[in-house]
Amino acid sequence: MRAVRVSVTAIAVVFLLAPLAVVAVVSFNESRYMDFPPAGFSFAWYGELISDTGWRGSIETSLLIAVTSAALAVAIATPLAYVLRTYRIRLSPLLYTLGILPFMLPPVISALGATVFWNATNHIGHIENVIVSHGIFFSTLPLVTISLAMETMDPSLPEAAQTLGADHRTTFRTVTLPLLLPSMISGYAAAFVLSLNEYIISFLVAGFSVTTLPIKIVNGLRYGFEPTIAAVSVVIILVAATVFTLFAIFGNLLRFLGADPTVIERQR
Amino acid sequence: MLVIFFLVPFAIMVATSFYHRIEGAFYEPAFELANWQRVFTRVPLERTLFSIWISFLAGAACIAVAFPFTYFVTRMRRRAHVTLLIVVMSALSLSEVIVAFSWSVLLGRAAGLPNILAWLGLADEAQAWQPSFVAVLLGLSYIAFPYCVLTLYPQLTRLDPEVTEAAQTLGASPWRTFWTVVVPIMRPTIVAGFLLVFVFTLGSYLISFFLGRPEHWTLSVYISDQVSFNANVPFASAMAILLTVLSLVVVVIVSIVESRTRRLA
Repeated sequence: MRAVRVSVTAIAVVFLLAPLAVVAVVSFNESRYMDFPPAGFSFAWYGELISDTGWRGSIETSLLIAVTSAALAVAIATPLAYVLRTYRIRLSPLLYTLGILPFMLPPVISALGATVFWNATNHIGHIENVIVSHGIFFSTLPLVTISLAMETMDPSLPEAAQTLGADHRTTFRTVTLPLLLPSMISGYAAAFVLSLNEYIISFLVAGFSVTTLPIKIVNGLRYGFEPTIAAVSVVIILVAATVFTLFAIFGNLLRFLGADPTVIERQR
Repeated sequence: MLVIFFLVPFAIMVATSFYHRIEGAFYEPAFELANWQRVFTRVPLERTLFSIWISFLAGAACIAVAFPFTYFVTRMRRRAHVTLLIVVMSALSLSEVIVAFSWSVLLGRAAGLPNILAWLGLADEAQAWQPSFVAVLLGLSYIAFPYCVLTLYPQLTRLDPEVTEAAQTLGASPWRTFWTVVVPIMRPTIVAGFLLVFVFTLGSYLISFFLGRPEHWTLSVYISDQVSFNANVPFASAMAILLTVLSLVVVVIVSIVESRTRRLA
């Protein structure tokens, strides 16, 4: 069994890491063409990401979209999670399902829905279309993190504030919100990373006028291989790994993923 | 907000699926069933069946590796546990673009596995392993694997270690414990994980586009192509609704399975 355990884990890890390793090797290759064994070591393709205006522009566009749409996602999710939890209205499960549904369904459906929506409003090909569409689509992530935090929050805290004379709004602002802040940040981070990587929605909503990083990569791949694609992939992978590592350190990654709290205690 | 930006677009999409398409231009409001009739012709149906088939295989492949993997992870020490989960989450956050690109490099002739094998003298001549059916399947399994782990994870952490310990005290080997205790207890979770991968890969776009030949393209590629190259939004809408219904059926089955699991727990 021990042999099985080691080999299954190894297979899974190799499977997850192998493509990334190959891309990393290619990104440091000096030659413009893919070669094995690599023909020398160079950072040139990373430099090109910054010096080339096309790549830099798409990086800036993607960052702008990710920063704003993640903020929008949190702005949508926070009141929704709060209302669902505090008022326990009859529609709660329905609203919650509606909140996570776009994420469960194939993204091409949301993408096409967004496309016909922007077509119908006659507001075609603008960057704000992508921001709003991403904000809606990725609001699922902060909705889940914030709802989890509300479930584990001690209800006596806001009650105590109200007993001491704070009104609803003051309670929310000075007690509930600070307690929810970590979950809002982790929800923001998750939405940010996924927005940075999203292709099909951006492409269908505004692909011909707004060039995000994934769109730029796909366009690049259509015309053949460029080592800069490998370099930008490595950068994105590192950003994602960093965000989730910080998440594990500062937030509660295991709890977010749904682990049983007692298990986490046992393993400490 | 959600109602406006999710339900309204969906309603417009339903309406659009009945619109009339103007060749070479856009589309105009009308009520006709032409788009729906076309959904049930050979090519769209072929794409649909192919999507279902390859998603089914990807689901089976993912579960086969992800279930034992997740089971072992939940029983590791905290450090290894968290590290492996970070690896999984990082893989999860990779876009399909990068996954498709990575696999096309890995399976490609220039710098990938075939080339490395030839270089080591294990193969006579480097041959590209993509585009091919297997390449699409590997790519799909790759993007779905982390999601699969994440559905299995919560339930597996709740598996009481005393249950497996009891089996072993009674003399069952770890292997036997796994097959006769862990797998049966987790059957609903396994079904849910499989169906989730199924829905997830059903919606994948870039993987089959880059790693497959046109005969390996899935429904999503077909739909997007209708929008971006043929400008046939009404027909794409009809196809998208078909895809929604297919996925919703699976999602509903998942939630039924899950609520049953919760009741048992």
